[in-house]
Amino acid sequence: MNPTTNSFMLEVKNLSKKFGEVHAVRNLSFQIRKGEVLGFLGPNGAGKTTTMRIITCYIPATSGVVHVDGMDTVNESLRVRERIGYLAETNPLYGDMCVREYLQFVGEIRGLKAPRLDSRIDEMFSVCGLTRMGNRQIGKLSKGFRQRVGLAQAMMHNPDLLLLDEPTAGLDPNQIIEIRQLIRKIGAEKTIIYCSHILSEVSATCSRIIIINEGQIVASGTADELTSRSTRGNRYILRLKADPGAVQGKLAAVSGVSSVTAHQVDRAGGWLAAEVLSGTQEDIGEAIFRCVVANGWSLAELRHETASLEEVFTQLTRG
Amino acid sequence: MEKILAIFKKEFKSYFVSPIAYVFITVYLVISSFLFFQTFFLNNQANMRGYFEFLPWIFLFFVPAITMRSWAEERKVKTLELLLTWPVSDFEVVVGKFLAAFGFLAAGIVLSMTIPITILIIGKPDLGPIVGGYIGALLMGGAYLAIGMWISSYTENQIIAFILGVVATFVFFIIGSPFIVVFAPNAVAPLLTYLGLGTHFESIERGVIDSRDIIYYCSIVGFFLFLNIQSLASRKWE
Repeated sequence: MNPTTNSFMLEVKNLSKKFGEVHAVRNLSFQIRKGEVLGFLGPNGAGKTTTMRIITCYIPATSGVVHVDGMDTVNESLRVRERIGYLAETNPLYGDMCVREYLQFVGEIRGLKAPRLDSRIDEMFSVCGLTRMGNRQIGKLSKGFRQRVGLAQAMMHNPDLLLLDEPTAGLDPNQIIEIRQLIRKIGAEKTIIYCSHILSEVSATCSRIIIINEGQIVASGTADELTSRSTRGNRYILRLKADPGAVQGKLAAVSGVSSVTAHQVDRAGGWLAAEVLSGTQEDIGEAIFRCVVANGWSLAELRHETASLEEVFTQLTRG
Repeated sequence: MEKILAIFKKEFKSYFVSPIAYVFITVYLVISSFLFFQTFFLNNQANMRGYFEFLPWIFLFFVPAITMRSWAEERKVKTLELLLTWPVSDFEVVVGKFLAAFGFLAAGIVLSMTIPITILIIGKPDLGPIVGGYIGALLMGGAYLAIGMWISSYTENQIIAFILGVVATFVFFIIGSPFIVVFAPNAVAPLLTYLGLGTHFESIERGVIDSRDIIYYCSIVGFFLFLNIQSLASRKWE
């Protein structure tokens, strides 16, 4: 098994970056296959943006190598930059330019010529929902539209690899949903790295997730794999009509249960809310149900909750 | 080449988007014309010698004002990160920006051509020194621009870029003047005379276009553009 380098869109090997004495990135290695949408997660200051800047050739690494489609970011910097579209975290834009003028400039810098340049601009206008915004000055656009202009800029030359550093930062919920749909649409044919510290976003759009903290990878896998890796066992939420003491005693006896808490939620009706924590990864929902039935309690709800990505994230990054 | 052109076009246009350009060109034209015509009719001579004598001093303020935003603004709004991740070399960016600033300066100089036209209408001037003076103004302006742009690449504050630009060009202008050279040790004196921006301008404004002066100005431009490229690359050593 010797996969050719070209089957990976991006290969990062033993990447380290030091700013003075501070290690922003420490011995980071990962790969992305073509067509993959990778979620790059981490708390603020974990080294996400530094990694992006190294991949885009803005700054060189202290040590380690980055290959984009087999090309080195140091020796073949210009060719690498041609393949990459980058939406930086702060989404910098030339505020005094009009949208169309700006995209035209980006296209020219990217080496696009007249007929294709115009058709690309029109395409970006419709893909990013910028139609009728062409003659507006960028500096006067709302945040949502500025973000779209930034995305259009990144995709202008139809890049193979798209790096999006917190593309939904500062947007309202409707805009977030729109941008997310847009990314999913693009992700069908492009390789994307999606940086974020908002987990729901990444789990909704990405096929694979890498979590980094203090410049190192702390976990990687699909959203499901990551949640199942949580150190905590499963949690079951019950709503039932019974005596609290009896519930605690009987449920604690079910095999696999590590703790039971129960408290009254509806005094008149006598309903209890109980939380059962299991110590194992196995599903003990059925055993709990049998226990409830055997004791003749009325059951209104039995819900199995796996650890959320948020919990995994917090566990991994708080140390 | 196309990329230099793209950057040139964008930068050149951006000068005219903000009102600053119009304000500066107007102020430049008003001040230079005023200073010239103040003595022109008194002297009653159809030449522009007086004009080209004070032009370097006006450039001292006018030129750093052109270049102050070229990098400072990019740093401030962080577009530098975008610009340098596009497939353009640092060289192309620097040259494109320089040419745009040079184009703007040339536009200002062309607009000031009302003065020689006036002189031509009312008298018979010797065209040699006038043509030479304008060529010299472009060359010297180019050297000022290169220095100002280089200074601008170190700060994200336009005001600082402007003030330091004025100081730096002033130092370079005055360094070769007799007044400074007198105090310099004998070994350094010829070097200072050679390096001074002003000394070379004096011979050109007399109508003598010497290849040495042209080479001097071009090498000053080349040197500071080179420093500019280096200062962009300095992000890589941090």
